[in-house]
Amino acid sequence: MSEVTESRATQAAPASRLGELHGLGAKKPRSLWSNAWRQYRRHTLALAGTFVFIFLVLATVVGPALYGKSATSIDIVGAGQAPSLAHPMGTDSLGHDEFARILWGGRVSISVGIVAMLVSITLGTLIGALSGYFGGFLDSALMRLTDLFLALPTLPLLLLVIYLFRDKMTHALGILIGMFLLIVIIIGGLSWMPVARLVRASFLSVKEKEFIEAAHCIGAGTNSIIFRHILPNTLSPVIVAATLGVGSAIITESTLSFLGLGFPPDTPTWGRLLFDAQDYIQIQPYLVLFPGLVIFLAVLSINYIGDGLRDAIDPQHTL
Amino acid sequence: MGRYIVRRVLIAIPTLIAISMVIFTILALAPGDPLAEFALNPAIPPEVRQQIRHNLGLDDPVPVRYAKWFTSVLHGDFGYSFTSRSPVSGLIKGRLVTTLIVIGLAYLISVLLAIPIGVISAVKQYSVFDNLATTIAFIGFSLPTFFTGLLFIILFSIELGWLPFIYSTTISTRGLAGVWVHIKQAIMPVAVLALFQTAALTRYVRASMLECIHLDYVRTARAKGLPQGTVIARHAMRNALIPVVTIIALSVPGIFTGAVVTEQIFRVPGIGSLLISSIYASDTPVVMAIAFIFAVLVVLFNLVADVVYGVLDPRIKYS
Repeated sequence: MSEVTESRATQAAPASRLGELHGLGAKKPRSLWSNAWRQYRRHTLALAGTFVFIFLVLATVVGPALYGKSATSIDIVGAGQAPSLAHPMGTDSLGHDEFARILWGGRVSISVGIVAMLVSITLGTLIGALSGYFGGFLDSALMRLTDLFLALPTLPLLLLVIYLFRDKMTHALGILIGMFLLIVIIIGGLSWMPVARLVRASFLSVKEKEFIEAAHCIGAGTNSIIFRHILPNTLSPVIVAATLGVGSAIITESTLSFLGLGFPPDTPTWGRLLFDAQDYIQIQPYLVLFPGLVIFLAVLSINYIGDGLRDAIDPQHTL
Repeated sequence: MGRYIVRRVLIAIPTLIAISMVIFTILALAPGDPLAEFALNPAIPPEVRQQIRHNLGLDDPVPVRYAKWFTSVLHGDFGYSFTSRSPVSGLIKGRLVTTLIVIGLAYLISVLLAIPIGVISAVKQYSVFDNLATTIAFIGFSLPTFFTGLLFIILFSIELGWLPFIYSTTISTRGLAGVWVHIKQAIMPVAVLALFQTAALTRYVRASMLECIHLDYVRTARAKGLPQGTVIARHAMRNALIPVVTIIALSVPGIFTGAVVTEQIFRVPGIGSLLISSIYASDTPVVMAIAFIFAVLVVLFNLVADVVYGVLDPRIKYS
């Protein structure tokens, strides 16, 4: 028996070993990110959301140039038209082409969403990291601050700050930039708290791991440990929170514009378009439908992207 | 248990004071003069305006003004409105009731809908019901409340003519017919708020339920031979609902935001619309009072969430 198996083994050995070596060399080992990408690809709705969102961003970036019509030119004679070939989404009460306004306004709305998210993520990560790493008095002080901010009534504060500081900012920095900075800072400044909590919880758990102890042992400084060792390992839930944060920032900015307290009236953000369309809801209902649908599509696609990301990269997520 | 509640209350009070200080400081430091309209009136010379400012106490330093305001709030006196010269508490009383009715109904409906849908969704995971419910939930909270409100107006008031779209508190019909008129006009605002809240809550209930269903004790209960209904309702659901209760209490600030927007669209005479109109009119005492009321409600519901969580979850130990 043994001779048979032995001879078979020795016959098979050289060819299969070469084959194995070939196989090992040809395939790259799978990295964690490519694992995550494969998981993400299986979530069809997330993929659909990604395409829709990329399409919307591209449309708002290159659309105005491609489309040609101006969003701000007034044409009273052509006011109040229904959707047609010349004006795919009709015209509003001042003769602005609605489609052009949506494209232009999309730039503002989406960029406010993304920058506000960046502000809130940066603030939240910084506070959460400091709180989680240093612990002790700094931790309890920062957590008290977080609790205070969480208990603040967001909408009244948003409305107040924007209404009260609008003129000052626009005088100092020009209308568009001043307003943009004000809105972005205030939205970001009131939504960093969940991120801070997430980051702090992650820091508290990663801080105790052995590789951090090893980093201490080889003499890595505090900066290096926080930013190069712990932080990259805590980023997964932060990325998910960031994605969903863009959606909620877009909704918040639209709500502010809808209440008349966002950008100045000639900046056609999506919320502002709904505000303007309210008065004509009986004769031109499509003026309400189009901007609303665009906001809905943007936020829905972002939410699906966030859901797909959560399935793919958040290890604590059990669903 | 009592000590736990007392400790929570003792933490809530300084939080409330801190929030009111923040809001008051923002209002006090903001540029803009409530007496600005007097400046345009030639009948009032500058010295008289100065005297009015002094009499209204606007010349005192901010901490003094805050102390005065806080002590009078403790007596229930919120001051006098700048624009209407009437006591603020009178303005707020009736409106507060209207807002609380609309919000309360919407909240109740959303909880009554979200819990069964979420539980069934989790029990029958990946079924048609689950996929449908999850998709509707996603759509529900990607739709901004102002868009839903306007859509409902277009659909139910303009196209179908079923429901009125302006909320009136001075209805002259009496008896059952009067009640029906009240209900008809409240349906749309309540539905808009309830839709958003239900969508958000369903996802949480489903997530929480899914975590509980796979735990060992549920398997034990099934192995004991208990019918599926009993296993779910008596064992799994109770434990799943603990974090949900906290989420319900903590999402109260969110529903106030939704209420402000809804009141603008449907012209409901609640404190949300009062907030917006007094912000526009720079009517500081009213704004301060409303923001404070929002803050009180938020802190109160956080407190309720903490206490209920402590009651429901026997793992929380009170030291």
